[in-house]
Order: sequence, then structure tokens, then C-alpha cells
Amino acid sequence: MIEKLLTLILLSPLLGILVLAFTPRYRAGTVKLIGILATLIPLLLSFVMYVQFDLNAEGMQLVHRADWFQIPIQDSVVKIAYEVGVDGLSMPMVLLASVIATLGAVASIAIQKRWKEYFILYLIMEIGLLGVFMSLNLFMFFIFFELALIPMFFLIAIWGYLDREKAAMKFLIYNGVGSGILLITFVALFIKTGSLNMAEIMTRLSDPMSPFNLPDSPYLISEGLRTGLFLALLIAFGIKMPFVPLHTWMLKSYQESPIPMIMISSGVMIKMGAYGLIRLGVGFFPQQAVELAQWIGVLGLVSILYGAVLALVQKDLKMVLAYSSVSHMGIVLLGIASMNATGFQGAIFQMVSHGLVAALLIFMVGVIYERTKTTVISELGGLAKSAPFISGVLLTAALASLGLPGMSGFISEFQAFLGLFRAEPVLAAIGTLGIILTAVYMLRAVLATTFGPTPEKWQDVVDARPVEVIPMAVLLGFVILIGIYPAVLGDVVQGTLQNLVPRIGG
Amino acid sequence: MDITAWNWEVMTPEFIILGTATILSLIDLFMPDDRDRRFLGILGLLGVIAAGFYVIKFAGAEPVQIMNDMFRLDSFGTAFKLIFLTGVALLFILSIQYLNRQNQEVQYRGEFFYLVLTALLGMMIMASSADLITLFVGLEVLSVSSYILVGIRKKHLYSNESAFKYVVSGAIATAITLYGMSFIYGITGTTNLYDIAERLASAYQQGFSLMIYLGFFLMLVGLSFKIAVVPYHMWAPDVYQGAPTPVTAFLSVLSKAAGFAIIIRIFLSVFRSIVNYQSDAGSFYVLFQELNLYIAILAAASMIIGNTLALRQTNIKRLMAYSSIAQAGYILVPLVTFWGINFFSQTLFYLVAYLFMTLGAFAVIMVVTTDRGTEDIRSFAGLYHRSPFTAIAMTIFLLSLAGIPITAGFFGKFYIFMSSVLYENYWLAAVMMGTSIISYIYYFGIIRQMYMRPGDTEARLAVPLPAAFVIAVGVLGTVAVGLFPDLVLNYLNQNLQFTDMFARP
Repeated sequence: MIEKLLTLILLSPLLGILVLAFTPRYRAGTVKLIGILATLIPLLLSFVMYVQFDLNAEGMQLVHRADWFQIPIQDSVVKIAYEVGVDGLSMPMVLLASVIATLGAVASIAIQKRWKEYFILYLIMEIGLLGVFMSLNLFMFFIFFELALIPMFFLIAIWGYLDREKAAMKFLIYNGVGSGILLITFVALFIKTGSLNMAEIMTRLSDPMSPFNLPDSPYLISEGLRTGLFLALLIAFGIKMPFVPLHTWMLKSYQESPIPMIMISSGVMIKMGAYGLIRLGVGFFPQQAVELAQWIGVLGLVSILYGAVLALVQKDLKMVLAYSSVSHMGIVLLGIASMNATGFQGAIFQMVSHGLVAALLIFMVGVIYERTKTTVISELGGLAKSAPFISGVLLTAALASLGLPGMSGFISEFQAFLGLFRAEPVLAAIGTLGIILTAVYMLRAVLATTFGPTPEKWQDVVDARPVEVIPMAVLLGFVILIGIYPAVLGDVVQGTLQNLVPRIGG
Repeated sequence: MDITAWNWEVMTPEFIILGTATILSLIDLFMPDDRDRRFLGILGLLGVIAAGFYVIKFAGAEPVQIMNDMFRLDSFGTAFKLIFLTGVALLFILSIQYLNRQNQEVQYRGEFFYLVLTALLGMMIMASSADLITLFVGLEVLSVSSYILVGIRKKHLYSNESAFKYVVSGAIATAITLYGMSFIYGITGTTNLYDIAERLASAYQQGFSLMIYLGFFLMLVGLSFKIAVVPYHMWAPDVYQGAPTPVTAFLSVLSKAAGFAIIIRIFLSVFRSIVNYQSDAGSFYVLFQELNLYIAILAAASMIIGNTLALRQTNIKRLMAYSSIAQAGYILVPLVTFWGINFFSQTLFYLVAYLFMTLGAFAVIMVVTTDRGTEDIRSFAGLYHRSPFTAIAMTIFLLSLAGIPITAGFFGKFYIFMSSVLYENYWLAAVMMGTSIISYIYYFGIIRQMYMRPGDTEARLAVPLPAAFVIAVGVLGTVAVGLFPDLVLNYLNQNLQFTDMFARP
């Protein structure tokens, strides 16, 4: 049973889809309830996965394999298997995905129309999100990558705000280009190494005695090709992450997407990019990663500063968060650029931390929007009097975002910069500017929303309802838990990093 | 020469189709005008199924040639015939509904069925002959039948216009093809593909390469008409738009597949033989090495032109025409390497995927456009509310055409894509990828209409049973083959030995 756990997690949203298919479409309450309950199953199973995870084991755990199909190529036959598994890198991401998915479903209560289709698409997307992190081969990785993309297109285009269709098309085309580059890279890797399995490709690319590395071998994969493939992966995942200048799709989709979609997008989906970059980019081409580390650092730096500076001048709360996401994903890049264990740990912490914090912040914005029908900062203000709880949580979330000690953001930023100071002190020194700016733009936006005199129209804004408190409490709980007891995540990551880091010589 | 000694049995499928077509035309002739002719479609369907039975029965057998190589049964032909027969069977089911008594546009209903059958006969000959003359006759049987089919709506302006355009451009294409063939015949003095192959090699060494190039290019240009790729694609939008929808489906799927059959058959068996043994790196195929760039350019141009021009279309059938130009470009990609590794399974897999998704899409298009009385893309507006299952089915077909997992179209594209990367044709792979992403815009444009735009009416869309059946088969095929590509690949690899195409019994 336990070896099929991941498959169960992966397929459990299907149960919800099936039940929803036979639910009458007009019964909004029932549909929403089923939708939320359906996301609870993978969540519960994910916790079982966390408990079952062996901290001392090496490599992939809870692996489940089954034959899928085979492609005849050249004289041999390549078997493509269904294979899922988790290690210290992917396990936290699976957990994150299922947590955010459940909370996003709770936030979806505010959805006004076509609930049945909404939740069916939502659950299909969840399968994609979970699958990306569990996949052990490139074929499956790609399929799930796309499986998350297509429902997201519909979810933005049907349930978004005014300019939703354009935002959805932009989302689709940008991510389509990313997927296209990804597919070219995967096929090239497959052709060159003759395998689609990630672990196998990793060994074949790194083993000094394999024919792909011997200088006179006809199968030699040249340095140039490796650099090219690494760059292709960097761009493909860079669109997803996104880093400057590939980030414009995210701004548009922040503006127009329904709130739960932004939660999913900034909480999980953009983490797929960072995850892919670490697992596939650095994992397959450690040497190229080290050579280009400085440039990755520069990219990260640009994202941090660009995002922070622009977040400073935004008039819309949502756009502040959009640019803040760009800025925070830059920290992930900085962590990767350090090419040492501390930096990587920081990057992974940042992925999880930003996932939680960004989801919480955007959820708060959604809660406020539902009451005031606006997210423009200048029109808001003084909410602390009429809605003290909402304001309090918003402020706490902002503090978490700017890296207050005792919260997850602090741990991740601290580690990322610690790692980078060892490797690239100059970049790190400039990067810390971004942290300071974060404090400025976050507090500017949040304080303007909550403090000051309460305008007439917001006098009787209702404070948080119980159903809204759940996501806030859960997300804040995780943020603080990781903040005061980082080992809950650190121990998990540690084992995997010990395997990854020696290969990059850090 | 004793003609009774020949193994006529191998031609059973062709005879069945010929017989059915003859019987149908006779019944049609002697039946009073006011009778319902739908049962002719059912008769034709039975004939197609019977022929399919024999094709499957002969699958995998040693190649057989009769009539001095005029007819040749081999794995290559068998695979294509299976595609043709499946397609025509689905098409018949679809058109039985379309050609009903109320449809005033198509008054000559009987003709439709037996003309499709004669076209099918031509296609089958195109797939299984080893002689230029017979191949050409097959091509003409198909062409002439389809000219009439396009114009079958006698009193419809567009139909007439498109039939006329089709005849004229088709005739020019035929002339070019023949001109090309005449060069090859002139050098070798034979029309038998295997004799040509033998003699062409020595002709090449003796300095007749210019003639060979001329023959190659002229045939390529002429035959590109049938598959509607650059440089002979301009007829497609007009003809697709004017033809009745079932005929458009026929042109876009079956006629195109037959075009690929004849191109592959001629080029692979004839030009493969020019081998340079003197090279240091072992022997290589001289002509293929030199000419693959041109095919690559044609493929790339088709993808670019098809996918970009489709962006501006508002008529769904014109859009599908440009889409089919692009799709043909994808199918040409494996041919760039000529008979590269997995060449046959890549091409055939994509054709199978293409068959399911395109026929399915045309079934939906037929139902929707007939219902709304317009072929504008806006006729799809609000389809999801009118008939959710039709909309979902159409979404699956469009996703498959766009090459998004987990559909047959995705795996087909992935598989083709592999061949271009394998031969380090990175620029072609990049074009294929880039244009696929451009194609998202117009495929998703239809999806946007279906889900996100309010339609003129909210009335439930009645999907006739035959069309629903074809749509269901299309969805099933697209998804099943996409999830388990093994279903097709295993059949192709285990039952058929494609390299026997090059062996002369």
C-alpha cells in the first residue's frame, strides 16, 4: 500500500472530478463543498507522505513504477515508465502544492458562476501541480507541466476580471514558449543520452567513464551542447519562475486572474520553474551551472531590485504583490547562484516560504476586495478600525514577506544571502538593498491600507468570517512554524542537498 | 504470360471497393429519383468494412507483386490502406446524416457515395503499386473523383467556384508531375520503380544528375498539390471553404494521406538507390544528403505559412485549411531525413492521430455550421452551454491539433520532433516548436468562442446520432492513442515490416 501512496495522492483529485460530474450544476453550495473536500484527500495523504518520509534514506523514496509504453528508437527500444517518487527536494513541494490547493479551494467560495466546471478544472490542475513534483522522468514531467497549464488558461479566461481573456492568452503563449523550449531540451537530452529517466540521465552525464563523457567517444556530449541545453532550461524555467525580463505575463495574470488562481500561480506554479531549474538544470549540468553562476546571480539581482523598485511605485495592492513575487523569486536565483549547500537550502526555503506568504497575502487582498470592491491603495485606508483581524493578519503577512525573524522569510533570506556572501560577496552586498526595499514597499502598501483615518464608506466593513480564518490561520501557522523551527523543513532538505552539492563542488 | 497464374487474391480489397462502387452506381441509376438514397451509404460502408477485413488479413505477409509489378502488396501499402479505409468508413457514417432528404444543397446524393468509393480505389492504388504508370492512374482516379465531389452542390456558388479552381490547379499540378516523371523515364527507359532505382544510380554516375534533379523537383512540386504544402497550397483555403463539409474532411484527411503515400513510395524507392560508396565515412545516400535541405525548407515554409495565415481567418473551414497546410508541414519533417530511423512509424503514427482528430473536428464543424447556417467562427459561440459534450470533444480535438498532452497529436508531434533533433536539424525543430505555439492562438480562439462568448441562442444543440458516433470515435481515438501510443506503435512494428518496401520479390 505504502509504495502506491504517491499514486494515490496524484490520482485522488480524480475522485472529486468524478463525484462533481454527477452533481447538479445549479447547487452551488454542494459543488463548492465537494470541491473543497476533494482537495482534502491529497492533503491528508500528503501528510502521511511526510510522516513516511525517511530522513536518512538516500535518493528517491516511496517510488512507484509501472510500465507505460515503449518507443522504438535506433536499434533499441526505449521504455517509458510511469514512475513517481519524492526526495528531500520534491517532498516539501508536494506538500506545499496540496496545502495551497486546499486553501485555494477554500478561497474559491467567492467564485460567482459556473462552479461545477470551475472545480473540475481546478482539480485537473491540481493533478498537474502534484505530478510535476513527483515525476521521475522527463516525459511525465512535461505532461504534468502542461496539464497544469491548460486548466489554468480556462480558469483565468472564464473566471477572471474584466480583461481576463487577454491575460489568459498572454499566460498561455508565454508559458507555451517556455514549454516549447523545455520540450526541445528534453528531446535533445533523450536523443543524446538514450534515456528519459532523470536519475539515469544524471548518472550518464556525470559518470566520467560513461561514453557521453569520454573525449574520443562518438557519443560524446560536447561542452558547447551542454551549455546550450543548460541555457535552454534556464530560459524555459525562467519564464515560469519568472525572472526579469521574462516576467510580463505574470503581471497581467495577477491583475486579471481570480484570487484563488493567483494563490496557486504564485504559491505553487512559479515554484515549478525554480524546482525544475534546481532539479534538472543544476542536477544535469552542474559544471555549466557553476560556470554561469555569476550570471545567474546577476539575473537574480536584477529581478530583486527591479521588482522591489517597481513595487514601490505601484498604486494597486495586487501589483505590489506581483512585483514583490518577481523580487522574491530573485532571491531563489541568488541562492542557486551561490552554488553551495547553504545557498541551495536558502533557495528551497525561499520557494516554500514565498509560496506560503504570497498565497496568504493574495488571499488577504481577495478578502479585502470582496468587501471593498477595490484594490487601489489610495482608495483603501483605515481598515484597522473596522476590520482589525483582517488588518492584523495582513500586517503579519507583510512582516513575514519582508523577512522578520521568527518567520519563514527570515530563515530563507538569511541562508540564501549567507551562501552568496561566501561565493559572490559583491552581488550579495547589492542584493541586500532589495531586502531593505522590501520592507519599505511592503509597509508602505500595507500601512496605507490599514492605518489612517477610516473613510466613511469603510466604516462598516465586516471582519473575517470563520471560513476565511482557516486559510489565514493555516498559512500563518506554517510560516511561523518554519520560522521558529526550521528543522521541520531543513532536515528533509539536508539529505538531498548532501547528494547534490558535492557534484557542483561547493 | 499466364494471367491466371498471378495471385489475384492479393487484390481482393481493391476488387471489393470497385465492385461496391459499380453496384452503387447501378442502383443509383435505376432507382427512382425521389427515393431516399441513404441506404447506399450503408451498402458502401459494408463494402469498406469487407475490404478492411481482407487488408488486415493480408497484413504482414511477404510482399507480393502481380501484373508485372503494376500491383504490389507490401506492409507500407497495407498500413496506408488501413488508414484510408478507417477514414472512409467514418466519413460514410458522417455523411449519411449530412445527405438527408431535407438538405436541398446536395441533390445528387447517390453520386457522393460511389465517388468517394472510386476515390478510395484510386488512393489504394496509389499506396500499392510499383510502377509510375499505375501510381499515376491511381492519382488521377482520386483527383477526378474529388473534383466532382467538391462541386457536388450544383447550385451553390462557392461550391462551383471551388470545384473550378480545384480542377484548374489540379490539372496544372498533374502536368508538372507528369513532366517530372518523363525526365526519370527518359533517363532510365522504364516506369518500374525498381528498375528505375537500379538504372538511376548508374545514370547519376554518368553525369545525368541535372535530369535527375529536374525530375525530383518537378515531381515534388506536382505532388505537393495533393498534400497541400508549399509551394502548391494556395488552392486549399478556397476549395475547403466551397466544398461540402464531408468533402472538406475527405480532402483534408484522406486525400492528403494518399498524397503522402505516393510521395513516400516514389521518392524512397527511386532516389534511395543513388549511393556513394567512395566516401570515407562509409556509404551514404548522395541525393538524400543533398536534397533534404529543400524538403526541410518546404516543411518549414508550410508550417510558417499555414500557421500564420490561419491567425487571420474567420471562416472555420478556411481556418482548418490553413491548419491542414501546417499539419502537412509537420508530417513532412520525418521525410527530411528520408528513410531515417523510425521514419515509417513516425509518419504513420501522425497520420493516424491526424485522422482521428481532424475527422472528429470536422464532424463537430458540420453539426455546428449546419445548425447555425454560417461557417463563421462565431457560430461556435456559447457551444459549451448548448451542448457541453460536443464542446469538450471539440476542445480535445483542438488541443490535439495544437499538440498538447495527453492527446494523440502531442505524442505524434513529440515523435516527429525526435527525428529532427536526432538528425541535428535543430532549426527545423525550432520552427516546428515556434509555429506550434503560434497555432495555440487560433486553436484557442475557437475554444474561447465555445466557452467564453455568449452565443445568439441558448437552445440545446441536437447532435444527430451518426455524427455523435464519429465524434465519440474521434475522442476515443485521440485520447486512447495519446495515453497509450503503444496501441498504434506496437501494431505497426509487430505486424508490418516496412523495409520490405525496398525488396523486390
